[in-house]
Amino acid sequence: MADLKINFAGVELKNPIVTASGTFGFGREYGEYYDLSKLGGICVKGLTAKPREGNLPPRIAETPGGMLNSVGLQNPGIDAFITDELPFLREFDTVIIANISGNTVEEYAEMAEKLSGGNADIIEVNVSCPNVKAGGMAFGTSTEGVTAVTKAVREKTKTPVMVKLSPNVTDIASIAKAAEDAGADALSLINTLLGMRIDIQTRKPILNNNVGGLSGPAVFPVAVRMVWQAALQVKIPILGMGGVESGSDAVEMMLAGASLVGVGTACFHNPYAPLDIIVQVEQYLDKKGIGSAKELTGKVEPV
Amino acid sequence: MPNLFDCNITENIRLTNSVYSIAVDCESIAAESAPGQFLHIKCGDRVLLRRPISICNVSGGVLRIVFEVKGEGTKWLSLQQTGDVLSILGPLGNGFTFLKGNVIVVGGGIGSPPMLYAAERAKENAAVTAILGFRSADDVILKDNFESVCDEFHLMTDDGSAGERGSVILPLENLLKNGEYDAVLSCGPHKMQEAVAKLAAEFNVPCQVSLEERMGCGVGACLVCVCATMPDGTMKMSRVCADGPVYDAREVFF
Repeated sequence: MADLKINFAGVELKNPIVTASGTFGFGREYGEYYDLSKLGGICVKGLTAKPREGNLPPRIAETPGGMLNSVGLQNPGIDAFITDELPFLREFDTVIIANISGNTVEEYAEMAEKLSGGNADIIEVNVSCPNVKAGGMAFGTSTEGVTAVTKAVREKTKTPVMVKLSPNVTDIASIAKAAEDAGADALSLINTLLGMRIDIQTRKPILNNNVGGLSGPAVFPVAVRMVWQAALQVKIPILGMGGVESGSDAVEMMLAGASLVGVGTACFHNPYAPLDIIVQVEQYLDKKGIGSAKELTGKVEPV
Repeated sequence: MPNLFDCNITENIRLTNSVYSIAVDCESIAAESAPGQFLHIKCGDRVLLRRPISICNVSGGVLRIVFEVKGEGTKWLSLQQTGDVLSILGPLGNGFTFLKGNVIVVGGGIGSPPMLYAAERAKENAAVTAILGFRSADDVILKDNFESVCDEFHLMTDDGSAGERGSVILPLENLLKNGEYDAVLSCGPHKMQEAVAKLAAEFNVPCQVSLEERMGCGVGACLVCVCATMPDGTMKMSRVCADGPVYDAREVFF
C-alpha cells in the first residue's frame, strides 16, 4: 500500500485530496454522506470580514463540460465561522483550510489575525474571486496587488499562508513569484475562469450577474498548464485544482507540479468524488509500484 | 438519509408532446420520501450537472417522476427505457407540512406532478380540492389521477380548450370566498405562485409554495439555487435545495 501522506508547508495531510473552497460549504452537507476525516483537508466556503448575502439568482449556468457560477461570496462572516462552524469541523481528523476574501488589504490582514492561533491549519488567501465588485480578483490580477495582500496577511499570522491565484491573467508565473517573494508558504490554483452565457430567446445573460466563474472538466487542461507554469517558477508547494474528476486527473495535476489536489465541481454530480479519487490515486501508485504519493509532484517529463 | 442509488427504470410513458412519466424502482428512497421532495438525477455523460425533478408519487418501492423535456439533460432522460439504470441522489429537500383540515392543492403546468403526491398524502387526513392549470388541452397531464384522489377537481386552461378558460386564480378565489379551508399548497410558475400566495394571505389561509431555481449540488453546499426569504424579520438568501424547495409563502419575496 502506497503512502498517501503529504507534508504541505509544514502541515501533515493524510492524503493529497482536499475539497475546493466554495463547493463544500463548511462540511456539514457532505458530512451527512461520509466521514469527513477521510479527506486530506477541507477548504471552507470563502469568508469575508462581514456577513454577505451574495448575488441575486440565477447564479448558475451549465456549459459544455462545466458550469458558470456567480454566487458572490455568500457567507456568514468570519466571526460566525469561528464560533458556529469551526467547532463542528474540528470534530474531524482533517486539515482545515480557511479561505478569506477582503474588500481591502486591511480586511485581509484583520481576517488573518482572527484565524491565527489554531482557528485554521492553513489560511487560503483568495485574491481571485471573479464574482465580487470590490477586492477579489482585482488584487489577484497584478503582481502589486498580490504582493500587497500577501505581505499584509504574512505580517499578521504564523499560520501557513496559501495564496489562491486567478487564471484570468496573462502571466501566471510572475504572479506566482510575486506571492512567493511576499512571503506565501504555498499557492493554490486555479480559481474559476471568467465566462458568460446568453439566452438567445430573451437575449439576457443567464446569470443575474451577467458573468461568472467557469469550473468543471472544461477548465482542467488550463489548470494543469497553469500549475505547471507556476511550479516551474516557485519553490513553495502548490495545491492544484480545476476540473479534477478522477484519480487519473489528480495524478496528472500532481505530475504537473501540485503537492495537493483540490476537488470541487465534481462533488456536485458525485458527492463521493473526493473519496473515490483518493482510492483511485492509491490504486495508481500501487499499480505503478510507487511508494509514496509525494513522489508524483512535478514529475512530468516535458519535451 | 438521502443517498446515491442506481435505480432500474420500470416504465417510461410519454404523456404529452414534451412531458414524460418515468417510474424507477428504489425502496430506499421510496421509504423516506415525502411530498414536495425531489430527486437529483444524472442525465448521461454529456451534461455535467444532475437534474432536480420532484417526486410525482410513490407506490410501494416505486417512485414516479413526471418531467418536461427542456434541454439536453431532460431529452436524454426521456429516451431511457425500461430496464435502464438511473443514478439518483435523493430524496432531497424539505417537503410540504400536512395538518388536519380542508386542503387546496394548486398546480400550474409542469408544477402539477408533485401536487399529486401532496394530494394523496393530504387525503389521509383531510378533504382535498385540486386546481390545475395548463396552457391548453394538449398540455393537460395527470387529470385522471387527481380526479380519483381528490374530493373536488378544477381544470383550467389558458385557451379554454379543456376545463374552464382562465387561470387557477379564478377557482381559487371562489373556493376561498365560499368555503372553509385550512391550507393551500402550490407548485407552478413564479407569477402563479405569487398570485396564489397573495390570495391565500388575503383570506388568511396558511399557504406553502414549492419553488424552483437553477440548481447545482442539490444538497445545500454550493449556494447557487437561492431565493430571497425573510424567516425572522431579516432578509436572507435561502437555499432552495436544502432549506426549501417548499416554503411558508409568507417568508418568500416574490
